[in-house]
Amino acid sequence: MDDNKIKISIRNLYKVFGDNPEVALQQVKEGMSKSELLEKHNHVLGLNDINVDVLAGKTTVIMGLSGSGKSTLIRHLNRLIEPTAGEVWVEGENILEFNEAQLRQLRQHRMSMVFQKFALLPHRTVLQNAGLAPSIDGQSERKYADEARRWLDRVGLQGQSDQYPHQLSGGMQQRVGIARALTSNSDIMLMDEAFSALDPLIRTDMQNLLNALQTELRKTVVFITHDLDEALKLADHLVILKDGFVVQQGEPQHILLNPADPYIEDFVSDINRARVLRVRSVMKKTPDAPGERAGEIDHDDTLESVIALSEGDTALSYRVMKDGAPVGVLDMRKLVRALVPSQQSDDPESARLGG
Amino acid sequence: MCLNEGCMATYDFLFDWMGLRNWCGDSGDDGGGMTSMSQLLAETSGEDVDVSPWETPFPSMDALHEACPSFPQSRELTSGLEEGFLSIKDSLKVVVDPLTQPLSWALNEALWIMQTVPWFIMIPLLMLIAWSVARSLKLVGLVAICFGFLGFVDYYVYTMQTLAIIFVCALTCVLFGVPIGIAMSRSDRVQRTMIPILDMLQTLPPFVYLIPLIFLFSVTEPKLYGIAIILYAIVPVVRLTDLGIRLVDPDVTEAADAFGMTKRQKLFNVQIPLALPNIMAGVNQTIMMSLAMVVIASLVSAPGLGVLVLRGIRSLELGVGLLSGLGIVLLAIILDRVTKAALARINISQSR
Ligand SMILES: Nc1ncnc2c1ncn2[C@@H]1O[C@H](COP(=O)(O)OP(=O)(O)OP(=O)(O)O)[C@@H](O)[C@H]1O
Ligand SMILES: [Mg+2]
Repeated sequence: MDDNKIKISIRNLYKVFGDNPEVALQQVKEGMSKSELLEKHNHVLGLNDINVDVLAGKTTVIMGLSGSGKSTLIRHLNRLIEPTAGEVWVEGENILEFNEAQLRQLRQHRMSMVFQKFALLPHRTVLQNAGLAPSIDGQSERKYADEARRWLDRVGLQGQSDQYPHQLSGGMQQRVGIARALTSNSDIMLMDEAFSALDPLIRTDMQNLLNALQTELRKTVVFITHDLDEALKLADHLVILKDGFVVQQGEPQHILLNPADPYIEDFVSDINRARVLRVRSVMKKTPDAPGERAGEIDHDDTLESVIALSEGDTALSYRVMKDGAPVGVLDMRKLVRALVPSQQSDDPESARLGG
Repeated sequence: MCLNEGCMATYDFLFDWMGLRNWCGDSGDDGGGMTSMSQLLAETSGEDVDVSPWETPFPSMDALHEACPSFPQSRELTSGLEEGFLSIKDSLKVVVDPLTQPLSWALNEALWIMQTVPWFIMIPLLMLIAWSVARSLKLVGLVAICFGFLGFVDYYVYTMQTLAIIFVCALTCVLFGVPIGIAMSRSDRVQRTMIPILDMLQTLPPFVYLIPLIFLFSVTEPKLYGIAIILYAIVPVVRLTDLGIRLVDPDVTEAADAFGMTKRQKLFNVQIPLALPNIMAGVNQTIMMSLAMVVIASLVSAPGLGVLVLRGIRSLELGVGLLSGLGIVLLAIILDRVTKAALARINISQSR
């Protein structure tokens, strides 16, 4: 698959909730803030000039605090919410120009959604829930059963097809939700806080499941979370929202090392950096540096594993390998420095542009 | 105190003050020219006819009429209403008669079938229905015992008549009530207009429905009581359908949208199935209210157990009245238990 193909492109998207959004939108474009808009015009600013490109086959994570507009944004991608202004392009088509039939076609075959509260149909069996998309398309249960069962097996629900949703635990219900999205056979998966309602251990399981599915299927995933650990674990591309606008977006490691804004610094300050940061983000890129090396490490290793390897000796340095070839050098001193959140990076411009 | 013509009416001043004296005229009074004289007298010697303020009459139509003969009396209001109704009656009948004719047929057919099918087929059939709806042997036993008892005391035919009427009326209520409820759940405007109508239907005493219906149809037509029962009993199924659909988890309907369901698919595959417990609760209440009304409707020639109750009251046959009352209670218990059991089954199969 083409590595940098843009699947979904969001252009200058605005959403204002209220009775007269057009007028309020004018105020927003003139620079009025969310709180001011609420106070003076009694309109809620949902999204404010969003521009995001979602790459095909990658996981794009949208993160932000409660009320920052994450759910609003993801619901624009399949038009469960209509924007006040802006464009949403999916594979070169502006979906805001779609008529009802085209829109249903998009939702049935090209996008699927996984919900925070699972949103399974309580009166249908697990199998029927997993086969929701083909059944909407008019297929009989006999016809879609094999496909649905295959995906139920894949997400770890062997032999539960005839249960009803209320007979399953939360984690299992969400597996049904994921199987339902996969059975629709669409390229794009929208996941709105899909794991937020699960307890931590199950949640880790589900994250691992999603990552495994991703390496295998390479779907275009848009994932929403308010949890930075989860975001860093899943994201190829991270978008951080605040009060309806994008504060920073880019490669997660890059954002972690170069937060563009105090809001993001706050966000990243609590994180276990050693576990999240990778060697490639902090190494010095010199393919064949001479000198004594304590050993070889992979470019995708976490810093935590390197610390364990070095047994805490800061004098050492390692050769970084990628696919068997040396790509750089990692100084333990540099590694230790990266573990402490920096006050603003040396090069704020590059931080803002992101990776 | 103010019986004679000459006496001054309390609210004279009102018409004088508004300058309506001329409109009132004096022609209404027998005395003719005399009246003005006596009025004059009353005015000059007004102080003598001292009316204590405690006895001031309410400014009712009759009291105002006393002061001003042109003002209508309340009995003119009621007779006006009657005339108005009678004058539109014929044109109303042209529209309503053909529309409601199928109801008469259905009632006649149902009454005929229930009375012609012999008891040794009918009772097992009813037991079978109870079984298929409720899946409970205890309930089937209850059905057998109750109908057995009612047959034993020679009330079998009356019971079947009542059952036939309830069956037709409750079915009609569901047939019309569920779509109305759905329409209400989909549009706030429809809901706003329907709620006062439903409130009215629910609060009007059942006897009041009967009055205009008696004028509209002849008492020999079954649809007369059919309409009365339906109007009275349709309210709960409408209300609970509306409520049930509005209470469907918005997350689930959103999922239906997100996977591209059409409105129709959403209604039949998501909203109605999820609202079914509430709709069934409405059906249960509708059936119970039909039963209550079928007794009252025997005043207008509805056959069945209600006739016996009426006989008990009219000719003071205490025993007949009590026994038929017991029969109605038994019928109520059976209908309630069976529909509740059906409701419970739905709830189990989709509880969450
Ligand atoms: N239908 C609506 N009408 C008015 N305001 C709304 C509506 N939907 C969302 N909002 C507002 O838009 C803002 C963004 O809401 P949104 O649900 O997208 O936040 P979120 O980031 O998903 O939060 P959470 O983490 O709590 O789910 C909030 O201020 C919310 O109050
Ligand atoms: Mg949300």
